[in-house]
Amino acid sequence: MHRVINIITTTFILLLSLAAPVAAAKLAERETLSNGMVVLHTERHSVPMVSIVMAIRTGSIADPSAKAGLAYLTAALLSEGTQKRTSREISEAIEFVGGSLSASAGADYTTVSLTVLKKDIELGLDLLSDIVLHPAFPEEEIMRKKRITLNWLIQQNEEPGAVASIAFSRAIFGAHPYGRQVQGTVETIPAINQQDLVDFHRGYFAPNNAIVSVVGDIGRDELKQLLGRYFSDWKQKEIPEHVLPAIAQNKSSTVLKINKDLTQANIILGHLGIARVDPDYYAVTVMNYILGGGGFASRLMDNIRDNRGLAYDVHTYFTANRYSGSFQAGLQTKNESANTAIAEVIKEMERMRTEQVSDRELEDAKSYLTGSFPLRIDSNSKIAGFNLAVEYYSLGLDYIDRYPAIINAITKEDILRVARKYLDPANYVLVVVGNLQKADLKY
Amino acid sequence: MKKIILIPVLFVFLTVTAAFSLPVNEYLLDNGLKVLILEDHKAPTATFQIWYRVGSRDEKSGKTGLSHLLEHMMFKGTKVHGPKTFAQTIQRAGGTDNAFTSRDYTGYFELLASDRITLPIDLEADRMQNLILTRDAVLSERDVVTEERRLRTEDDPQSFVFEEVMAATFKNHPYGWPVIGWMSDLRTLNPDDLVKHYRTYYAPNNAVIIVVGDVDQKQIMEKIRTSFGSIPAGPPIPAITSVEDEQKGERRVYVKKEAELPYIMTAYKVPNLSHEDGFALDVLGSILSDGKSSRLYHALVYDQQIALSVWAGYEGLYKDPFVFLAGATAAQGKKIEDVERALLEEIEKIKKSPPTGQEVQRAKNQVEASFVMQQDSIYMQARTIGTFEMTVGWKFVDTYLEGIRRVTAEDVSRVARKYLVDELKTTGILIPAPKEKGS
Repeated sequence: MHRVINIITTTFILLLSLAAPVAAAKLAERETLSNGMVVLHTERHSVPMVSIVMAIRTGSIADPSAKAGLAYLTAALLSEGTQKRTSREISEAIEFVGGSLSASAGADYTTVSLTVLKKDIELGLDLLSDIVLHPAFPEEEIMRKKRITLNWLIQQNEEPGAVASIAFSRAIFGAHPYGRQVQGTVETIPAINQQDLVDFHRGYFAPNNAIVSVVGDIGRDELKQLLGRYFSDWKQKEIPEHVLPAIAQNKSSTVLKINKDLTQANIILGHLGIARVDPDYYAVTVMNYILGGGGFASRLMDNIRDNRGLAYDVHTYFTANRYSGSFQAGLQTKNESANTAIAEVIKEMERMRTEQVSDRELEDAKSYLTGSFPLRIDSNSKIAGFNLAVEYYSLGLDYIDRYPAIINAITKEDILRVARKYLDPANYVLVVVGNLQKADLKY
Repeated sequence: MKKIILIPVLFVFLTVTAAFSLPVNEYLLDNGLKVLILEDHKAPTATFQIWYRVGSRDEKSGKTGLSHLLEHMMFKGTKVHGPKTFAQTIQRAGGTDNAFTSRDYTGYFELLASDRITLPIDLEADRMQNLILTRDAVLSERDVVTEERRLRTEDDPQSFVFEEVMAATFKNHPYGWPVIGWMSDLRTLNPDDLVKHYRTYYAPNNAVIIVVGDVDQKQIMEKIRTSFGSIPAGPPIPAITSVEDEQKGERRVYVKKEAELPYIMTAYKVPNLSHEDGFALDVLGSILSDGKSSRLYHALVYDQQIALSVWAGYEGLYKDPFVFLAGATAAQGKKIEDVERALLEEIEKIKKSPPTGQEVQRAKNQVEASFVMQQDSIYMQARTIGTFEMTVGWKFVDTYLEGIRRVTAEDVSRVARKYLVDELKTTGILIPAPKEKGS
């Protein structure tokens, strides 16, 4: 159940989490502390709680290929012991007050998230600063976390959607870190040792490489004082540059067929997309809403689910990361319908490139994208994530005011242009995970 | 995404049930429609929801999955609003909409900027009375649901085990069949079945409207009265009288299926949350399974390292008695027999000696904190009110936290001894089958 909901939610978040404008009021106060740490603060006293997300500007993009999973393990081990607290002491402390403290690495950045009741903010910040500044990476905990990660990677093979997704990313990004799972592989996880983790932490975890996004029941003065208490010892340092391999464009189609005893074929069809900082990002967002990102308002949902009854979930999305991105159409259908569904996906991509969208489609997409902004920032946790993304991608605190104009300026010609540029129904990667005998693929 | 099926959300149960006094206002229209409104002005957004007291519990053997298929059909258009217009209308206004079906209820919701929150009111009133159920649309949507079933259950080994365990747990109560329905039943559901189900259960006297967010309740009530007030009450709703027979010993089921890691799930029959023991069962679930400091995580994942993951939780928000669940995924190379033994050892420990005061207090603090934090989301607040209303009554939200606060360490031990026993237990085991070779 979670998986399906997540797929859909993810679709919208990818498209829109950065697309959320707000009325003229400034969403956050921004300040750079003397040690270089950027602080974003939104004061909200409606609920006696505080949400904090700290981002470190590194993730699996910094992993050496033979040690893929390094950023992931570093983040996962932050809360497994510090110089003065054991793993158990950390979890006991935060869970006793009903709070949460967790860290995880993404491709572009690593986040450490804290949620506590207002009355527990000191304890929360004490723990947060302790795990970020003074993790101990105990050998015994490293062994445990590596074992759990290996088991998790093995269990991924049980999830057809995950199997397809892993194969797809590897095929389009090749040796680039975006082609690998953040969690690494069963080959690379065993290769990571304590020194690797210590070095990774020492290299990238620094205040001048960090953004702290604070939302909730805390005033400016109190926040300044607490950040001073818990982060003033954190010293600036020089951060290594990320060295990334080039990504090759596919010149022909690649079809990957993975046989499993399943009732459905899990299908992903796609190719490289765009980076988040690309100026075409917004036209692509509107185009994708019409093609397959807009749920029941999208062409693919209408065609493949509503008219043909071929799938429960069908979607497209552009994953736009800092350095590159991907486009994918995904669906699951009974093995016997795989050929038909794939043909319809390709047909809809082609139609997007050859015909202008209708006035109605364009207006609907724009009115959703601009009209849904209040829902994107109506809770502490949503605001905290939004502010962080605005800072990380240098969108500027006026982004929320500029956004409606950016979207409303997009024309049918723009949509056609970006469809031709960023959809390629002739050169794609197609992954099918399912019962291949029953699917009898023509591709 | 349209049409969510509610399978118990094991890990967040306390989050969902955690609640105390909420300033909810209740209204009752002459036609029996109940309206619950909670004004919350922290952001300019609101949710409008309508919940019907119908779910898979109200179905018959041979026609399972009817409530859920009807939920899908509710998006297919009415005499007034054509097909495919519902979601488009909401999305055009910048909103999102969705629906969910469970064993006890079916809910529809919209989330919008609060200046547009009256938009769904006419749409919901319309589809309460004027739904069109054409043969073609039903057959096509039936195919969509079979795809949904393949996705959720047939190709998901752990979900498959859950379905088998429920079927073995409930011999003669409708909780035994899955909300989405058996595949063979889905293939027989026809427009006549749906029309009958719709006419029986979709009426104001079987529905509850819930509004949470930045609204003026006077204005909203006026609009609701205008749109829903003239809909006549339907005939009385048929009562479900099934009572599950007493079980005489442990039941076990096995599933052999392509999978990577062995898995175990155990269900113990327990009363629902309206029973005084419900509070202690909720605290028991938390002590066993909430967070890294919980007993099960510490024993099976951290110390013994025989499980990849482990969980437990009380499923008390049901109309009729349901289950306390516990389960674990074995770590690679570990025997599921050893995982089961370790799981049962932890349960035996808590039966023999009560948890520490610290453990009980932590569970209570987690419940209270999660209630406060849930107020960050208007959607979660509405879901909590709705879930309570459909099962034990929304006013129970107010007494829930007091009940949790009354629980003692000895209560926790006592309910473990009373309910976590062989005579109430059904165990399901997933045995990974050998794989076919890939290409």
